[in-house]
Amino acid sequence: MSLATLLLLADGRLPSGGHAHSSGLEAQVSAGRVRSVEDLDGFLRGKLATGALVSAAFAAAACGDVARCADLDAGLDARTPSPALRRASRAQGRALLRAGRAMWPVAAIGREPHQPVALGALAAAAGLSPAETAVAAAHGAITGPAGAAVRLLGLDPYAVHALLARLAPECDRIAELAAKRSGDPVDDLPAAGAPLLDIGAEHHATWEVRLFAS
Amino acid sequence: MRAEARVAAESDGRGGTRLTTLRGQSPLLLRRTGPRASAGVTVHLVGGAAGPLRGDELRLEIEVGPGARLELLSVAAQLALPGRPAPASRLTITATVAAGGTLRWLPEPLIAAAGCDHVAITRVTVETGGSLLWRDDLVCGRHGEDSGDFVADTLVRYGGSTLYRHELAVGPRAAGWSGPAILGGARAVGTVVTAGPESMVPGAAGPDAAVMPLAGPGMLATATGADIRHVRAALDPFCAGHPTARRPGAPVAA
Repeated sequence: MSLATLLLLADGRLPSGGHAHSSGLEAQVSAGRVRSVEDLDGFLRGKLATGALVSAAFAAAACGDVARCADLDAGLDARTPSPALRRASRAQGRALLRAGRAMWPVAAIGREPHQPVALGALAAAAGLSPAETAVAAAHGAITGPAGAAVRLLGLDPYAVHALLARLAPECDRIAELAAKRSGDPVDDLPAAGAPLLDIGAEHHATWEVRLFAS
Repeated sequence: MRAEARVAAESDGRGGTRLTTLRGQSPLLLRRTGPRASAGVTVHLVGGAAGPLRGDELRLEIEVGPGARLELLSVAAQLALPGRPAPASRLTITATVAAGGTLRWLPEPLIAAAGCDHVAITRVTVETGGSLLWRDDLVCGRHGEDSGDFVADTLVRYGGSTLYRHELAVGPRAAGWSGPAILGGARAVGTVVTAGPESMVPGAAGPDAAVMPLAGPGMLATATGADIRHVRAALDPFCAGHPTARRPGAPVAA
């Protein structure tokens, strides 16, 4: 493994378009459910238990066996009832794949895979392990909306990063759990859903003016 | 307590449906209800005992054959209770719907009382050309009470592929469940999954609800609310309008 390679893959400055997405936070800010760092804490803990766990397991599974990518992609479709979230995930997968192809010899896995599948394929090409991939996925699932929170709410960036530091052990735990289950059949992989994120994404997609794509 | 119940419906060959199996054990008792003359058969689930309580292992099997129409309702809400120290109570529902068959599952809500530890495992397999409407409503705790631990683990397959795979965990052990990513301040949540012929209109269905076309041939309507009345107001219209609700001679719901 290469620690520097893992850091490259997890870096928010990777030109993969992730900064354009709030992972559902913008809709919840607008609904008045997230106003403070404390609210963001609740949002991110929920995200870790649901979307981050699913993303990390699917990214680790794709990294472990790139030949499973098509099945994993269908598995994410079945776990993503919101068409707006499916579009957002595929747009991010496509952008990530484009960046990744410039960096490593990434396997051919289709043009617009779900983001976790693309992440797993990149990680495999970069020589990373499923466990490392799971950490990158879980980390990205909370740092993305945390950054969006600073922009949407003008929260104190120091306080937001202090929150991320407090969540780091839980992020590691979720990644470990995800990697442990990544060899399971697709139907048995984590499927934890978040009703408000599905509902919020559908409403958000109809807004005429918004800061983030999702 | 361990209990098993099974209902199997098949076409009677004359445009109607007959039950070939209808048996249950307390607390899963099944009773045929509704008019004999209709094309479909209605069965009510009757709670024959309190619970589910911790340690309970309950199984319900539903089989709908080609051309048969079955609607399953329940007479009262299911109340998951703590009971003695024991492993989580578990209700496993396995349903199959053959081509041309229709199944409507429209039970009263599950209430996760404080201290309960309950898991509901749902596995539904619909053949191509079968029709499904599957409703699940959840209330997190009785009035003024915290929620108990509850996990819904749902898998719906249609035409040999997984159409909908979802888990929802609430209660003290579920991190962030009452936070703004999962349920926010809501204490009730409901879902309607349809597979096959559809009638739901995609889009927003109120501020805390949405109707979503799935990636495969089906739809999901989800609603959250401060109490079950909000959820019912958002979801009931979708249940009334589904094609499986229509019976020959009966007016088609708007």
